[in-house]
Amino acid sequence: MTGNGLWARFRRAENPPSVQCEQRGVVLAVRGLAAGYNGQRAIEGFTFDVHAGERIGIVGPNGAGKSTLFKALVGLLPHQGTISILGASCRESHAMVAYVPQHEEIDLNFPATVWDVVMMGRARQIGYILPPRKRDRLAVRAALERVGMWALRKRPIGQLSGGQRRRVFVARALAQQASVLLLDEPFSGVDTTAEGDIFQVLDVLREEGVAVLLATHNLAQAATHYDKLMLISGGRMIAFGAPEQIYTPENLARTFGERIALWREGEQYVVVADRPCHAETHTP
Amino acid sequence: MIGWAMWLAAGGWWSAWLERLDAWLIAPLRYPLLARSMEAAVIVGVVSGVVGTFVVVRGMAFFGDALAHAILPGVAFAYQRAEGKTDGLFWGGLVAGVLSALGIGWLTRHERVREDTAIGVVFAAMFALGIAMISRVNNYAGDLSHILFGQILGVSPADLRLIAGFGAAVLVVVALFFKEFMIISFDLALARTLRLPVELFRLLLLVLIAVTIVVSLQTVGIALMVALLVTPAATASLVTHRLLPMMGVSAFLGAAASVIGFYISFHQDIATGPAIVLTATAFFLATFGVQQVRSMWAGWRGVSSATVEAATRTE
Repeated sequence: MTGNGLWARFRRAENPPSVQCEQRGVVLAVRGLAAGYNGQRAIEGFTFDVHAGERIGIVGPNGAGKSTLFKALVGLLPHQGTISILGASCRESHAMVAYVPQHEEIDLNFPATVWDVVMMGRARQIGYILPPRKRDRLAVRAALERVGMWALRKRPIGQLSGGQRRRVFVARALAQQASVLLLDEPFSGVDTTAEGDIFQVLDVLREEGVAVLLATHNLAQAATHYDKLMLISGGRMIAFGAPEQIYTPENLARTFGERIALWREGEQYVVVADRPCHAETHTP
Repeated sequence: MIGWAMWLAAGGWWSAWLERLDAWLIAPLRYPLLARSMEAAVIVGVVSGVVGTFVVVRGMAFFGDALAHAILPGVAFAYQRAEGKTDGLFWGGLVAGVLSALGIGWLTRHERVREDTAIGVVFAAMFALGIAMISRVNNYAGDLSHILFGQILGVSPADLRLIAGFGAAVLVVVALFFKEFMIISFDLALARTLRLPVELFRLLLLVLIAVTIVVSLQTVGIALMVALLVTPAATASLVTHRLLPMMGVSAFLGAAASVIGFYISFHQDIATGPAIVLTATAFFLATFGVQQVRSMWAGWRGVSSATVEAATRTE
């Protein structure tokens, strides 16, 4: 078999090369983004750059505008300001934003298998009219293997558990081979093992130069697992930068109110809030 | 040798059966009018089975029913103009159907009006307008019942050409944009993320449903149209878990119901539309019943019903 033969392509898809990404260009440039529902602004004043391979945690209380920000970035909401998406990552990826919503608004009785759902993410690469080609099938397979759902590819989407379905939708976003990936609360309803799996996938994506924006409310975890953090409150960006720079008492107070404290004890970040349910520790 | 002798002895019995088969199945088709009607019924069964798949998975049964009623003004207008020529009805229905479909698509674009509310308002008004127009004609009741309940035996060669042509066009469009229709039906958020022209495909689908309804007008008529769109696809959804096989099964069931219903109609002297619809309903009830019995049987044997359901469906 030659280097460009089907078998070689198949092997590449199965074992993605761990190329260290030289290119650290901007893949997502946002300027003065404002968006909302029914004419009412829910978020405004968002200006930031995302570089290839960056993993950014979007942190804020409920109703801060995390989901609204994602929906605006992906084109689900009418918005003002500019969003520039560039395909600047190392591997073959498309100038496109892939999005995994917090709640999939789908009909669980829809006649589609796991395979069908992930293949839907390839629609742009397949193009109109044409049927899926070999490379699309390989991409779907690779995406399903990465999230550990290959064995269940023939299972109807309605017969999966919530966590399994979440992984299928992550696989679909991977199959899109977008340059930016948005994950809205991917860890809600997912057990710790699956959480680890998702972080493993994210590590591979970082090497491939795919930028990942991930909404979370786990402050302690956010402090250790992300390159940069964005604090959001009341529809505005409070701070954006490396965790140690922006986790200041002032920023946290502005984001969550006065009632939260976070400090580092050796290897651990400790978060303490008024309400006991917010107290959590995390080991990096 | 004994085999041959038995075959000869059974010959009389066998040929009697052949004759009966001939009288039942072949004889009706010797009349060109009936053969045409049969062809029309099969085309209608396949096309409405395919398009009906989207109607069922998108939960558009009410839309289908209402759109069928909304084409009445167009049909009535053409009926008053064309002196007994039925292909005029087709064009009248087509114009009214496509306009109504686009109208409802436009009204529900921004979700300011709930979709079922908009459908109820627009389509009841259109139906009333159609009845009002027909009521000015002399033999009002008879004409209205032909349009409402279908008059398959009136399929002219020109009608058949229109039915075949537009039916084929619908199938081609579905085949070309199957993937896109599937995505906008399953996950609107993904469709928008992929920057597909969602509105365009949604309107195209509504137009396809309108064309299917007009194609089926002569077979089952306005009032029973929704059964042809929904029942075969609903039956198919019971036996398969993927969209494309569901579409195939639905098309097959639609065609089978059309053929069987057509023969029952011919031999039992029942109106064709109801015969086809009742046959399709029988398919549905039989499939549903078999699955219920199987899951009950599995329940007695201590197997969870979900396992059996998975096993009885094909991949």
